[in-house]
Amino acid sequence: MTTNLGTSPDEVQFRFRDDEPVDHATVTVDSCCDQTNATAVRIEPGDDTRVLLPFLDRLALVEVNFPAFGDGRGYSSARILREAGFTGELRAVGAVLIDQLSHMRRCGFDSFAPDKRLDEEDALRAFATWENVYQRAADARRTIADKRHEA
Amino acid sequence: MYRYDQYDKAMVDARVAEFRDQARRRLEGKLTEDQFKPLRLMNGLYLQLHAYMLRVAIPYGTIDARQMEMLADIADKYDRGYGHFTTRQNIQYNWIKLEDTADALADLATVEMHAIQTSGNCIRNISADHFAGAAADEVVDPRPYAELMRQWSSFHPEFTYLPRKFKIAVIASEKDRAAMRLHDIGVRIVKRDGEVGAEFYAGGGMGRTPMIAPLIRDFVPIDQMITYAEACLRVYNRYGRRDNKYKARIKILVHELGAAEYIRQVEEEFAHMLSVGVEPPREELARIAEYFAPPAFVDGPKTVDRSDPDFALWVDRNTHRHKHDAYVSAVISLKPAGGIPGDATSEQMRLVARLAREYSFDELRVMHTQNLLLPHVRIADLPAVWQALDEAGLGSPNMDTIEDIIACPGLDYCSLANARSIPLAQRISERFAETGRTEVVGELKLKISGCINACGHHHAGHIGILGVDKKGTENYQLSLGGSEAEDVSLAKITGPGFDEDGVIAAVEKVTDVYLAARSDGERFLDTYRRIGMEPFKEALYG
Ligand code: HEM
Ligand code: SF4
Repeated sequence: MTTNLGTSPDEVQFRFRDDEPVDHATVTVDSCCDQTNATAVRIEPGDDTRVLLPFLDRLALVEVNFPAFGDGRGYSSARILREAGFTGELRAVGAVLIDQLSHMRRCGFDSFAPDKRLDEEDALRAFATWENVYQRAADARRTIADKRHEA
Repeated sequence: MYRYDQYDKAMVDARVAEFRDQARRRLEGKLTEDQFKPLRLMNGLYLQLHAYMLRVAIPYGTIDARQMEMLADIADKYDRGYGHFTTRQNIQYNWIKLEDTADALADLATVEMHAIQTSGNCIRNISADHFAGAAADEVVDPRPYAELMRQWSSFHPEFTYLPRKFKIAVIASEKDRAAMRLHDIGVRIVKRDGEVGAEFYAGGGMGRTPMIAPLIRDFVPIDQMITYAEACLRVYNRYGRRDNKYKARIKILVHELGAAEYIRQVEEEFAHMLSVGVEPPREELARIAEYFAPPAFVDGPKTVDRSDPDFALWVDRNTHRHKHDAYVSAVISLKPAGGIPGDATSEQMRLVARLAREYSFDELRVMHTQNLLLPHVRIADLPAVWQALDEAGLGSPNMDTIEDIIACPGLDYCSLANARSIPLAQRISERFAETGRTEVVGELKLKISGCINACGHHHAGHIGILGVDKKGTENYQLSLGGSEAEDVSLAKITGPGFDEDGVIAAVEKVTDVYLAARSDGERFLDTYRRIGMEPFKEALYG
């Protein structure tokens, strides 16, 4: 059964993609696995993201919900999806705050639908916090160590 | 010693700018205190009983003279002229104002220092063997590996909102001088058939449910160490408990799953991660290691005139064997009898910095025992070093004795405390110094925590003291038989608790039992392990 879940494109405040946003509701991870036609799904912190891996081809949108900003499981969910080759929209929803944006971006999120709209200027500054990065992550940025040792 | 390049420097500067912006948004009301709290914690700013406390990172405990002088300046400029060195090889300032914090952080950044991730539910400052690079028994210097981990764990995008704090220690010898197995992850760098690799332990910790970390892999090839650590953290981030903060540490996950199942999940994630490719390029470890190349040691005398008995005692107690036979490592005791364990005044910090410059290749260490260390002192220079230390009140010959107490801040500073720790430590060290018992008893590690959170490592004390609240009065529980070293064990409670005078008397009684029962060469801990708890109980409650 499709439950009416998820955010609409109007609620997306920041989006780093050129394709048309999916404009229908998401389903839970459980129903996504049962329903062969679902193209948008919403992951809760307790869900095992890996059960979605067989269905990535048909998914255009994955929402990862952050009911509380201090619950960091969604960061792992995002990276796992990107590591598995997911190229659709990965949207962070819920308690998405300024100071989480740069990390979420690195974990592979490319759209953001915060519960409370964020100050645009503060957010843009936050996205640009790290000119360089130490770790390899889902964003495929060259790391500081890579730069140090490039030929 | 490691030096920042333009990238490391830019990272720390970016962090200071970010924190300034966060503090501004907090003051403008754009961030609630709830939202601001984890951010300030990740910048080392804690709210204590009376004021903010700033915890400054000293990665793997290594610091140079210029940095120590900056710590002294910060103590004078933003605090009350002193600082407190901690069991995680950090320094804490107890009287910092919120509005000064960004300036203090900017000052620190000028000498390649910061307060990043010294608190909060993230990977904390990485600690290491304080004798690293000097100890005669190390396989390699563990610090390059710790530095590689420092970079990996700094601002890690996936692991900034873990279920709970995460502490990592790195050593590279059979002897454990960093309480390695009482960390969330403990790493021992080892050599197998000439290859360097890492032995991993996971799920240790103190707090209210102390646990010793089990071995989870006996050899991770060194060029996969970061990948393996990443796998350990990912499993923890996904499955560590978040429903109860007292059960959120990795030790509970490993315990509830069982080590075998945790290992299985980590191995699966590890295999996957290897295919993703998260390891830094091999050359990076080599680049870092160059900074830790041994200084230019020169041959010299291996003995020194010991005719002054005070000096001889200090040499025996406070120096440690060095890999070069004309050198020793010299412990600077921050435990004067009757003093506050770990406290140093700005003047003392400046003196220690000068000694490091003159006598120890510009290097200092912060020890997890809340002392300082000159890692490379020529044996010929020991009299001069000792004299300077002694004049500054830093020459107590008491390393690893009952005066060398680890104590948490306790009720004097901490809002979670049940009881005071510092005054108790002061009274015990004073008493043993006065009666001359310290030397008679020899090695005896006493550790005091003001509450069940165990910041003072009481579970790992040969003697542990825990402050508990008994109907609104301070009460102390005594425990025996803990160790944080390679013979790691958790202390057991003796029985009903004591009031302050009572617990001091109890410590004396316990040492009476030891002195009467010990056989040749036995430390307190050895005797306890041989004769068991009963004779001690008898003396205490019989
Ligand atoms: C007033 C400030 C402090 C507060 C509020 C505080 C709070 C805590 C809490 C709540 C825990 C338990 C964590 C858990 O079990 O999950 C803890 C553990 C610990 N703290 Fe503190 N602490 C303070 C100061 C210190 C200081 C000064 C040190 C270093 C000397 C320190 C070192 C530790 C250590 C080593 C542990 C045990 C680690 C473990 O559980 O594995 N803390 N602290
Ligand atoms: S052990 Fe308890 S009293 Fe002591 S510092 Fe930690 S939280 Fe505070």
